[in-house]
Amino acid sequence: MSAGSLERDVVIIGAGVVGAAIARELCRFELRCTMVDAGADVGAGTSKANTALLHTGFDAKPGTIESRLLRRGHQLLSDYASRAGIPLECTGALLVAWNDEQRAALPGIVDRAHANGYTAIRGVEVDELYRREPRLAAGARGALEVPDEGILCPFTTPLAFATEAIAGGCELRLATPVTGVERLAEGGFRVRSPGGSVTSRFLVNAAGLHSDEVDRMLGHDRFRVTPRRGELLVFDKLARPLLDHILLAVPTATTKGVLVAPTVFGNVLLGPTAQDIGDKDDTSSTSAGLAYLRSEGKRIMPELLDHEVTAVYGGLRAATEHADYQLAIHAPEGYACVGGIRSTGLSASMGIAEYVREELGAAGLPLRPTDHPPAVRMPNLGERSPRPYAQRERIAENPDYGRIVCFCERVTRGEILDALAGPIPPADLDGLRRRTRVLMGRCQGFYCGAHVAALLAGGAPAP
Amino acid sequence: MTVGDHPVVVIGAGPAGLACAIELRRRRVSDILVLERESQAGGIPRHSAHQGFGVRDLRRVMSGPRYARRYVEAARRAGARLREEAMVTGWSADGALEVTSPEGREALVPAAVVLATGCRERPRAARLVPGSRPQGVMTTGTLQQLVELHGQRIEGRVLVVGAEHVSFSALLTLSRAGARVIAMVTELPRHQSLGVVRLGARLRYRTPLWTRTALTGIYGRHRVEEVEVLDLDSAATRRVPCNAVVFTADWIPDHELAVLTGLDLDPATRGPRVDTGLRTNRAGVFAAGNLLQGAEPADVAALSGRHAAASVAGWLTEPSAWPGPRVPISCHPPLQWISPNAISPGSDAPPRGCFALRSTVFLRAPLVEVRQDGRTLWRRRLPRLGPGRSTGLSAAWERAVDPSAGAVEVGLAEAAQT
Repeated sequence: MSAGSLERDVVIIGAGVVGAAIARELCRFELRCTMVDAGADVGAGTSKANTALLHTGFDAKPGTIESRLLRRGHQLLSDYASRAGIPLECTGALLVAWNDEQRAALPGIVDRAHANGYTAIRGVEVDELYRREPRLAAGARGALEVPDEGILCPFTTPLAFATEAIAGGCELRLATPVTGVERLAEGGFRVRSPGGSVTSRFLVNAAGLHSDEVDRMLGHDRFRVTPRRGELLVFDKLARPLLDHILLAVPTATTKGVLVAPTVFGNVLLGPTAQDIGDKDDTSSTSAGLAYLRSEGKRIMPELLDHEVTAVYGGLRAATEHADYQLAIHAPEGYACVGGIRSTGLSASMGIAEYVREELGAAGLPLRPTDHPPAVRMPNLGERSPRPYAQRERIAENPDYGRIVCFCERVTRGEILDALAGPIPPADLDGLRRRTRVLMGRCQGFYCGAHVAALLAGGAPAP
Repeated sequence: MTVGDHPVVVIGAGPAGLACAIELRRRRVSDILVLERESQAGGIPRHSAHQGFGVRDLRRVMSGPRYARRYVEAARRAGARLREEAMVTGWSADGALEVTSPEGREALVPAAVVLATGCRERPRAARLVPGSRPQGVMTTGTLQQLVELHGQRIEGRVLVVGAEHVSFSALLTLSRAGARVIAMVTELPRHQSLGVVRLGARLRYRTPLWTRTALTGIYGRHRVEEVEVLDLDSAATRRVPCNAVVFTADWIPDHELAVLTGLDLDPATRGPRVDTGLRTNRAGVFAAGNLLQGAEPADVAALSGRHAAASVAGWLTEPSAWPGPRVPISCHPPLQWISPNAISPGSDAPPRGCFALRSTVFLRAPLVEVRQDGRTLWRRRLPRLGPGRSTGLSAAWERAVDPSAGAVEVGLAEAAQT
């Protein structure tokens, strides 16, 4: 087989936020790309369960590639979010010290931020802190303000990337677990899966929790992913007025600690825990984890605990034995390993994608820009901009935008039908949830669960 | 739209809202608009297929769907305007209701508003039951809509969490849908429904009731595979194979609108604090039915709506007469809540002539005392008190309340006999 007979220019393994960002980046060039994922949806693995923050990278380890790509990713994703309609709010973060030891650690955090090229960080005295966050528990000893930390929609982001990639000609193969990867004698790769195989000149491994396994399929042995599970609690929207900023903890050697943050949907998030586990599928919550989160929440903002919990979830960070991303470009053979992207993947995704594209270009991937670069505009799931139920003109245009199906989240029949007819239709209720917010509210389906299931099954009764 | 187009807007077309609208028409209130966010009016009884509805309000027994239809038809016949698929999504500071429906987005400014938004069951997350997140975990609300409105079958072994009236209703639905209920679990020492209901379930379905048992985990990859239960007395846990879990009862009022508009809530019921005429703390705003507390049977909710209508009609004829400062009523543990939970000066009798009282524990012949500022207003032995089912508390002491003497407290006069 000659290089010319390879089916694709690039195959990307993994359609999480990182893989989808890379696919989007590459599809702005004249390339034949395929993205494969074992899951039934884009962003349905570790990308769907995180703290939904847009980090500046102020607290990254200086000099690491993570630090560099986080900073770049923050910049790129901030711009992209407004273009693509990804809900993003730049709330800023307050990092709160609760004792003398933590207060003493604050100058070191400022130094680290400066070393990471982030200089907008500044100290906040206690009276200012309580003026800005009056519901904070008593006893804070000092704080730092990180004005550029933000909150964004973790569901829309990978979907926007993948939707744009598809519009640019990328092929998407979901429910396609990779069972083997081999180098071809004439150069290039063959990626095998139960449904068949695909050959390509270049290969990108963005397999997240399984990136170490894919890397080993090519004979490397440089890192092992040990999932670090984080459990999180989502509080009722009625709790949203309690706070205005992301409230961060002073980090320790092992964890960034438990944070309290608003979400773009108008909820309040509390978490995560951090527990190394063996099973790459085990996103269970535990009674110990939930009890710990509740005690931390009570310590940080007691009134939060008076509110109902809307959701409990667990996510897995693709942690490795190394302190940095496992990014390696094997130029001659055209293999990019993009592994060990830990908790910062969402924020860094576009920085990582740009880096991979540059490196693959240097390795010989021909980068000829397309004449018509695609652009997408995603349905708005955020509370900061009007949603269809509140838009007079949209309801007048199509009465289905006035038919609220999910009462808690005010999701209309029109939005559900749009999602079902979209370029990447949902494979199941969870997929529909991530595209529309349906069933994500406080009743968790008490009122609309059956109706939504019927719409998904195509049995929508005529209005 | 302006004031006067619809003097009264009732939010929610369940038993309470519809009964309120019918009674308002009977009292010759001319224009009543009932807003219902579901595509069909009628509320929860629409998908509660069992018998037993209508006893207290209509003096006859019928199934839930028939009961719902009857109220919807009666409201229409009475001349109330009923709008389905119309949801109030906000309530602006100037008093305008923001309404979304297929007809568009409107702002309504009514003279009076009756909140009758009902209550819902706490889902799994709100009860903090850990484990994985498989399909097959639902509330009775979802279950009954799946089965009764969408004709879905439920296969396999199902665990029912809770042992109140609604839990037995879920048991009936599950049996009709083809499922096998392996057990009902309650953390309490016994069920909270009527003895005859439990007996019927035991004889007909042989469903075991695991008392003093907590559900402590749900596990499964795609579907539920097993649950973990904890024996609260022995502290032993065990895993039980099962394919679905139905969370029943553990009600919370659907109080979003009440909170958004800044109504005073009762911390015990989590519904709006209302006086015996079901007035909230805002002039012209009333609340009725299971928004006040979770949950009473449908007929009790309907009677609450009917009761509110009298206050609404009275206020429309004399809008200056909104009662002055109210005295709150609070409960001492183990008493859980009381409804209504405020006394206005010159007050009316509560719905059905008595207050509804609940306790967190089962009490036999408790001696209940009503106090204000160290003064005992009333003291009597009640036949029973417990969780999940209300006991009527006489309103005989209402006239003795001093509007200027602070909160009224209801508690036990002696150590509890459980």
